[in-house]
Amino acid sequence: MIAFASLLERLIFSPARQTKLRLMTEYFRATADPDRGYALAALTDGLDFAHAKPAAIRALVESRVDPALFAWSYDFVGDLAETAALIWPEPASPRAPPPRLSEVVERLRLAGRSEVPALLGAWLDTLDATGRWALIKLISGGLRVGASARLAKTAVAALGGEDVAKIDEVWHGLAPPYASLFAWLCGAGDAPRIDRRTAFLPMMLAHPLDDGELDTLDPKDFRAEWKWDGIRIQLVSFDGERRLFSRTGEDVGPAFPDLLAAAPEGCVIDGELLVRTGDAIGSFNDLQQRLNRKRPPASLVAALPAMLRVYDILFEGAEDLRPLPFAERRGRLERWHAARLGNAAIDLSPLVAFADWEALARHSAEARPRAAEGLMLKRADSPYLAGRPKGHWYKWKRAARSVDAVMMYAQRGHGRRSSFYSDFTFGCWRVGPDGAALVPVGKAYFGFSDADLARLDKFVRGHTVNRFGPVREVEPSLVCELEFDSVHRSPRHKSGVALRFPRIARIRWDKPAAEADRLDALVAMIDG
Amino acid sequence: MDAARWIYPSPRGLYVEPAGLFIDPPGAVDRAVITHGHSDHARPGHAHALATPATLAIMRARLGGGFAGTTQALAYGEAIRIGGVDLRLVPAGHILGSAQVVLEHAGQRVVVSGDYKRVADPTCAPFEPVGCDIFVTEATFGLPVFRHPDPLGEVRRLLDSAALFAERCHVVGVYALGKCQRLIALLRQAGYDRPVYLHGALQALTDLYVGEGIALGDVRPVADAPRGDLMGAIVLAPPSALADRWSRRLPDPLSALASGWMRVKQRAKQRGVELPLVISDHADWHELTRTFADVGAAEIWVTHGREEALVHHAATHGLRARALALVGYEDEGS
Repeated sequence: MIAFASLLERLIFSPARQTKLRLMTEYFRATADPDRGYALAALTDGLDFAHAKPAAIRALVESRVDPALFAWSYDFVGDLAETAALIWPEPASPRAPPPRLSEVVERLRLAGRSEVPALLGAWLDTLDATGRWALIKLISGGLRVGASARLAKTAVAALGGEDVAKIDEVWHGLAPPYASLFAWLCGAGDAPRIDRRTAFLPMMLAHPLDDGELDTLDPKDFRAEWKWDGIRIQLVSFDGERRLFSRTGEDVGPAFPDLLAAAPEGCVIDGELLVRTGDAIGSFNDLQQRLNRKRPPASLVAALPAMLRVYDILFEGAEDLRPLPFAERRGRLERWHAARLGNAAIDLSPLVAFADWEALARHSAEARPRAAEGLMLKRADSPYLAGRPKGHWYKWKRAARSVDAVMMYAQRGHGRRSSFYSDFTFGCWRVGPDGAALVPVGKAYFGFSDADLARLDKFVRGHTVNRFGPVREVEPSLVCELEFDSVHRSPRHKSGVALRFPRIARIRWDKPAAEADRLDALVAMIDG
Repeated sequence: MDAARWIYPSPRGLYVEPAGLFIDPPGAVDRAVITHGHSDHARPGHAHALATPATLAIMRARLGGGFAGTTQALAYGEAIRIGGVDLRLVPAGHILGSAQVVLEHAGQRVVVSGDYKRVADPTCAPFEPVGCDIFVTEATFGLPVFRHPDPLGEVRRLLDSAALFAERCHVVGVYALGKCQRLIALLRQAGYDRPVYLHGALQALTDLYVGEGIALGDVRPVADAPRGDLMGAIVLAPPSALADRWSRRLPDPLSALASGWMRVKQRAKQRGVELPLVISDHADWHELTRTFADVGAAEIWVTHGREEALVHHAATHGLRARALALVGYEDEGS
């Protein structure tokens, strides 16, 4: 646990990628199994403890510390793990030896809900502030130490001088503590063999199109298709075993028994998971209802049946199609689909024909189906590659919508922005019999630079008119232009609307609040 | 008479009415008592300023000879009476010359701590607890998450890093008055006898400390040092210089920062610090709360910092407590 804590601490303070890689590779080299395997799992978000959630940690700390003092401290520090670690009382007597990382993981996995607080409390008493911070971060998930899962895998690959793509290939067939992986990379065994029938294949992802980037691309080299507004899914179906993996390899199959039942045998298919409402494609909100139910009731399945709109085919039977060019895979996909036209749960995402970029842009603006959030551009000659390789796939999102709204409330941010007022609630004007009043329409906490953040923070501190716990109400005088992908009806919000992905596009220091938009402007943008 | 009637906060600072004087006023006043030389406490332009000899010397060095109309030096422990108020200064342990103001009037004793700490500091006299009815405390680190570790341990971490990354110049951000000189003294205490290099902005006050009899060993201006000498060396600079162009001329600088705020990792990360050193000249939570018990005051007034938690703590320990909401004081090194 001590070595792991020290690794996390060094990672968080090391800005350079190379330094982080070196720190992690050195840790993996110097640490024994199974500790290093669990560390790798933690760094790749592969650990989940059912009974050690933030609320449980908070309750444990509050059993030792005055809750009011904890609340003030948390508001100041802005990070639960760090607040809890710092405020935990130092034991008066000499400490017992701290646990090994593997002991923590293995015992927490078996522990029942009622046993967790005592276990955790005893461990915290053996550790110093950094150790406590690492332990709480470990069990509460999401280390956020500035090292991505991919970087951690790259560091592991470096142990054996392998390319990270080789790790990706087997990764989803392995489980913590990854003994076979380390044995292979340290030269003590062969590459791990995985069960292809149930293994996730790393997905190919697209880059957003930068301004002006289109001018450097030749339309003849590309194929276009709609980017549907559902969730990207990989269907793996062999020998009666069926899995639906999300983009990160999480198995979401149990939430979609209807689609699993309808899935064809002997293939790996890349597509978009959507739901239907009658003859139409449901909105993302409709899909969200299905996603929220791990075991959906039959009535929900009947009302919002799931379907897969297919983009690509990776395996047909035992044949790995990934090395083939996109255009060739597309031909195989169309033939595969044509043989299954009777299957209502599967349909084909059509290609969009175009002569040049301008024609495509116009077509996208005028003929975009409601359920599409933009276009995908794919090179006709690209093989199917893991990750986000440069120069192959691009996403061309539709222009975001925007509105001028007034800042109403502010809260301190977390993580890198802790202690700054960086989470804002914005409102638009609703005109009623008593005149115009602001109603909150959404929260936005990104889209601005650090310099803007400092100015916004200063604005909040200088214009506070009221405090509700950690929330400050500010004088309604600052207008921001919010961008968002779409507007939906929402009975849960006072304004009756909800914004999808709102962000701050511009801070309008110049604009008087009275000139901000009315709620009607948002209502007019509702699309499903 | 209730003490709150003869000493109270006003927009111009904490005011002692019978004596007609303000303590650490944020703007120019007729009669001021200055607890210590940090610029947010020691402002120029008062008609009359009273402080310890070292604090007056620091003000002279920072603000020039005419920083006040007249000055009055009062040594630690020496008592005077102004307008029926007995006043003396006792060490606060914050920086060289720092003092608590002990006031007695109408049978009541009020101690205004100024900024203070309880841990030993080789560059200044230790804090002296004085029993009182009302204790007016600072609250810079007034949250229980703040627990400053042993400063020598922190200095050893710096020395370990300088030994491990012997090719990198270790630039430590320090406040020019107090922290800078204390860090040098701590390095000497830890047995470090190589030269310590200074950014130009730290030179004058360091010279002043040496002139006051505080031994700091071999201290040199970084501007005169050959680049080769700076590899693995320790350079002290104002925090603002860490991210500045100035540090680029140093060989592969590794940025460290010595401040009580470094206890919070997210803070250190925000500032781009690679080696955070938790060294503070302010009392941490445990020193603050322990001091309340040591001085035995029935009432605690909190001047500036994170006052809510301290007020809550005092109240739950049977003390009367209030936040004065004085304006004009800055947080340490942030």
